[in-house]
Amino acid sequence: METAVKSNTIKDKLLLEFESSKPDLFGDLKLREEAMESFLKKGIPNRKSEEYKYVNIDLLLKGDFSFSSDKKISSEQIEHTKFLKDSITVVIVNGNFVDSLSKLKSIPKGLQILNIANAFTHKNFQKHYSNYANIHSDSFIALNTALANGGVFIHIEKGTVIETPIQIINISSSKENTLINSRNLIVVEENAQVKIIESFEIIDSSAKAFNNSLTEMVIEESAIMDYIKIQNENESGYLINTTQVCQKQKSVFTTNTITLSGSFVRNNLNIVLDGEYIETHLNGLYLTNGNQVVDNHTLVDHRKPNCNSNELYKGIIEDKSSATFNGKIYVRKDAQKTNAFQSNKNILLSDDGTINTKPQLEIYADDVKCSHGTSTGKLDADKIFYLRARGLSETTAKKLLMHAFASEVVDTIKIEALREYVEVKISKRFE
Amino acid sequence: MLNIKNLHASIGGKEILKGIDLEIKAGEVHAVMGPNGSGKSTLSAVLAGREEYEVTEGEVIFNGKNLLEMSPEDRAREGVFLAFQYPVEIPGVSNVNFLKTAINEIRAYKGLTPMEAKDFLARLKEKQKLVELDGKLANRSVNEGFSGGEKKRNEIFQMAMLEPKLAILDETDSGLDIDALRIVANGVNKLKSKENATIVITHYQRLLDYIIPDVVHILYDGRIVKSGPKELALELEEKGYDFIKEEVNA
Repeated sequence: METAVKSNTIKDKLLLEFESSKPDLFGDLKLREEAMESFLKKGIPNRKSEEYKYVNIDLLLKGDFSFSSDKKISSEQIEHTKFLKDSITVVIVNGNFVDSLSKLKSIPKGLQILNIANAFTHKNFQKHYSNYANIHSDSFIALNTALANGGVFIHIEKGTVIETPIQIINISSSKENTLINSRNLIVVEENAQVKIIESFEIIDSSAKAFNNSLTEMVIEESAIMDYIKIQNENESGYLINTTQVCQKQKSVFTTNTITLSGSFVRNNLNIVLDGEYIETHLNGLYLTNGNQVVDNHTLVDHRKPNCNSNELYKGIIEDKSSATFNGKIYVRKDAQKTNAFQSNKNILLSDDGTINTKPQLEIYADDVKCSHGTSTGKLDADKIFYLRARGLSETTAKKLLMHAFASEVVDTIKIEALREYVEVKISKRFE
Repeated sequence: MLNIKNLHASIGGKEILKGIDLEIKAGEVHAVMGPNGSGKSTLSAVLAGREEYEVTEGEVIFNGKNLLEMSPEDRAREGVFLAFQYPVEIPGVSNVNFLKTAINEIRAYKGLTPMEAKDFLARLKEKQKLVELDGKLANRSVNEGFSGGEKKRNEIFQMAMLEPKLAILDETDSGLDIDALRIVANGVNKLKSKENATIVITHYQRLLDYIIPDVVHILYDGRIVKSGPKELALELEEKGYDFIKEEVNA
């Protein structure tokens, strides 16, 4: 009973926040009210909800939270988070787009980057906003749609190739517990190409920084998009990161979700293949330690024929940390000639670590090739001995094997500087 | 160089080695032959430092140092090399990176600075030629997708790169066709010098046509039951292991 009372409390506070901030919120108020209603109905999920059964989120949201922060961050403080020398940079602090920290000069023709709060008159905003992330499907989508008041809108015009990668840096920084909702919309029009990196960092925080971040993406016909997430928060960081993707025919989408740290990370990656001849690559790597909880939920929804999806998630679990992989693939009745593959591999380094892995295939078409597989094991003692027998110390041998394990995912990152950044992170982690 | 005295070893409480005595001097090649289950592979595993085996009695002195007290990596760094009977595949670790790391860890142990990149590359090229290993294989992941013969050649290639003092070849001939056997044997012979020694562990005599041993030992039921010149291997091939069994049991 106690939990019910507590979750009511946070719900009440969120409703109060919604009512008082209403006049300042951008966009369609009716949509927001509907979303709030849906959120109040669903509440904060607890272990009884199938989709959130491995994490007790209502416990994480115990205590006092504020729902916005005007904390200032200097450009020196974020210097280390810019791991690409040459990039178009968007900085979002506590859910707010910060123009002064972003690097948006000399943006190429055909690319628009706007504070989402100022984008609602844009034709493409109106066409796509909240069209993909369904407020009735998930509490956190509903909450975000009701309360989000900042983030970035990126639009790449038809036929435009953006060669310089775009980096979105999300920073949480606060001295008190905060629950922030940030919202992005990315529209890649027909035959356009873009590489976007989104990173999550904590700077100068001593309390819980809870971020409910939601990104909608639409990838139109024949467009090509690479999207790499680097989740690099510290023990103050609590992150719910929903990515809702809609792919149209002949588009190619490659995504990497790299989780390096953070107390709690929940990723919902939902991809709808709404057209024929679509290619989708989903790769993920999670390195967990301490008491960290990392939960990856993916959904690949094949709706039309002749599409390929390929999914590979790998994890290394240390100490008392816990990781979940839940990968759903739907192949709908019309989606004949689908190729859908999924694989999840884990290494457990400790006796106290936990891995929950749940592959789910639901196939309603009859002419498809689908497979899934999962494995969890320790580092192979025979391999360690082989390396030691050649003069490598036990530590070096393990480090080498861990790199090798991760490389299958890391090698799919096409931006070299980013690949190196991740490799260095892995090395430091296992020193 | 190597002095094994009354070596007893067991695994899971079962005694496999029941008192081995063996002395090997620099420059020598010793063959250890024996039927399946006689303890040949256990001997090589114990010398290389596999932790599943428990040494219950005896000692192994390598160049004046107690080998059994050393970690597997320190044995390698002191110059012991085991060519595995079943080399493991290590996807994601390139042969070149692996060897560079190994050489530099061995050098660090000896207080030397890492090897210069150009010296490393020169050695790589030279030794690849020695075992007729395709350059492409060297750039691939360790043993991944290698054929049986390629794996064995890769073992000898690693041996050539690391320049050990004592090489133990654990049934390196098993699964090799005659061409691959010649290449491997040729590699071993070219690496032979007055300063190093080799233990050739084998079930069959054929390899000893190509790597000529100074002494042949016959291992049976965890003991060396007979030692002799290279002709002993021929006698064994001709009469089969049964004659040893009969001799011992008589």
